[in-house]
Amino acid sequence: MLYPDTVEAEVLVHKPWFVATMFGVVLLVFMAFNLSGTGFAELMRPVIGEPSTSGLYGRFAIGFAIAVIFTLNVVLIGFAPLKLQIGIVWLELLLLFIAFFETFHLSLPFIREKLPFLISQGVVTTLYVSAISIVIASVVAVAGAVAKLSSNGFAYAIASFYTSFFRGLPLLMQVYLIYLGLPQLGFVINAVPAGILALSLCYGAYMTEIFRSGIQSIDRGQWEASRSMGFGFALTMRRIILPQALPVIIPPTGNQFISMLKDSSLVSVIGVWELMFLARTLGQKTFQHMEMLISAAMIYWMLSICLELIQSRIERHYARSKVR
Amino acid sequence: MSAQAIIEARAVSKWYGQFHALKDINLTVHKGERIVICGPSGSGKSTLIRCFNRLEAHQEGEIVVNGVALHGRMSNVAAVRSNVGMVFQHFNLFPHMTVLMNCMAGPMWVKGVSATEARRTALQFLERVRIPEQANKFPVQLSGGQQQRVAIARSLCMKPDVMLFDEPTSALDPEMVSEVLETMTGLARDGMTMVCVTHEMGFARAVADRVLFMDAGQIVEEGTPDAFFGNPRHDRTKLFLSQILKH
Repeated sequence: MLYPDTVEAEVLVHKPWFVATMFGVVLLVFMAFNLSGTGFAELMRPVIGEPSTSGLYGRFAIGFAIAVIFTLNVVLIGFAPLKLQIGIVWLELLLLFIAFFETFHLSLPFIREKLPFLISQGVVTTLYVSAISIVIASVVAVAGAVAKLSSNGFAYAIASFYTSFFRGLPLLMQVYLIYLGLPQLGFVINAVPAGILALSLCYGAYMTEIFRSGIQSIDRGQWEASRSMGFGFALTMRRIILPQALPVIIPPTGNQFISMLKDSSLVSVIGVWELMFLARTLGQKTFQHMEMLISAAMIYWMLSICLELIQSRIERHYARSKVR
Repeated sequence: MSAQAIIEARAVSKWYGQFHALKDINLTVHKGERIVICGPSGSGKSTLIRCFNRLEAHQEGEIVVNGVALHGRMSNVAAVRSNVGMVFQHFNLFPHMTVLMNCMAGPMWVKGVSATEARRTALQFLERVRIPEQANKFPVQLSGGQQQRVAIARSLCMKPDVMLFDEPTSALDPEMVSEVLETMTGLARDGMTMVCVTHEMGFARAVADRVLFMDAGQIVEEGTPDAFFGNPRHDRTKLFLSQILKH
C-alpha cells in the first residue's frame, strides 16, 4: 500500500469534473470509431433507425449510450468497498477479453480435443524445464552474488564476466549457442538439458544482480554483530544476512520466475515439445492456429497467476518480523 | 595490580588511509577491571575498542586478548570473539529472530550448546536484564532501552570474559538511558570486566576503576574517577569536562 495520508479525500470517481471528463472522452472515442456495423448498433435500431444510414446522428447516439453505460458503471463501482471493487473490475476486464476472443470464432470442439495433449505433454514439459532452471538459477545467483561482493579478484572477475555476458546476449542466441555450440567442443547435448542450461545461466545472471543488491541492502551493523559473536562468514551469510535479504529479494525474484516461465517458450526453437511448440504445431494441419495459441496463452497466464499467489504468500510470511 | 591482564595493547597505531586514527596506544585491562573511555567525537575511542575484537585491524604495535595476539592473519579470531562480548550503539539485534532466538543463536551455533541448554541460559540472562516476558517478541516490538538490554543479554549468553560497550546509551531517549545504565552497573557489581566508551559521567564516577580521556587518537589522560573529575591535569581534559558537565 502507498502511504495513506490522514486527510480523507473524496473518491476520485465521484468528483464531478472527473465524471464529466470521463464521459466526454468515452463519447469522443466511440464517436471516432464507426460502430454502425456491430451488434450494439442493431440494439439501437429503435432509436437510430437503419444503422448503416444513420450517419453522424447514429454515431453520436451509439457513443452517447456507451458513455452513459460506462460512466454509470464506474460511478456505481465507486460506492462498493475496496475488496468488492477489485473483484468487479477484474471480472469486467476479464469479460471484455473473453468478448475479444469471441471475435476469432474459435472452434471449441477442436480445443477440447487437443487440450489434454497440450497439458499432459506441453504444460508438464514447460513446468519441469522452468522448475529445474529456477532451482539452478537460484543457486548460481547466490554464488554469483557472493563472488561479486568478494574482495577476491578472480571471483569478482569471473562473476562480473558471467553476468555481463549472459545479460548482454539475447536468450534465443544463448539457446542456440549451447545447443549447437557445445557439440563443437565435443559435448553432444540433448535439447532439454541444453534448454535448461541456457535458461539457468541467463536467469542466474539476472538474479545474481538481484541477490547482490539484496545482500548489500543489509546494514553493516548486522555483519558486525554477527562476526563479533564469533560467527564465521558462511554462518553469518546463511543465518543472518540471507534471511534478512530475502524480503528484499523476493518481489524481483518472483518477477524473474514468471518471466522465466514464459521465456521457457524459447527452447521450442530447438524442438523441445513444450507448451509453445505444441501450440504452434498442433493447429497447423487444419489451419486452426488461433485456437491453440490462445489456449496456450491462457495456460501461461494461469501458471503465472499461480506463481503470483505463491509470491504473495511468501511475502506475507516474511512480513512477520516487521509487524509492530 | 596483580590480577591477570585480559587485554593488553602495546604501542598500537592505526591509520585510515592517510588519517592517523590511533597513535601509540598503551593500555592494560586486568580481570575484573571497569574502564571508561571518553573523549570528543572522532578521537578514536570507538576505533580502539573495535580493535579489541578485531572488528578493526591495527597496523602497528600489539594487542593481546586472553593471551592471543590479534594481528596479521589470524586463524582463531572466532575463538577470541566468542569470549569478548560487544554491545553496539545501535543495538544491532537480529530483526528476523525473536528476542529469545537472538540470545540462543550464539551459544548454539558457535559453542555447539544444545537448544534446551541455550534456552535455559537465554531466559536466565533475560531475567537478569529484567525482560523475560518479552522473550517471544521480535526486536522491533521493543523500546530502544529494552532492545539494548536484550543486546547485553545476548552478549552475556556467550559467557564472555570481557564486555566492550560502544556508546551503548547514545542512541536512546533520555528516559531509557537509566534502565540500560542500571543493567550495566549491576554487571559491574558482579565483577564483569568492562571497557565502556560512554559520555555518561555519572556512570563513570560510580562504576569505573579508571577513566581514560582520548583526543586525536591518543590517550591524553587516565586516572581514578576521583582524580579524573576532581583534578584533571590537561587543559584539553578540563575543556572537555567543562563542556560536558555544563548541562
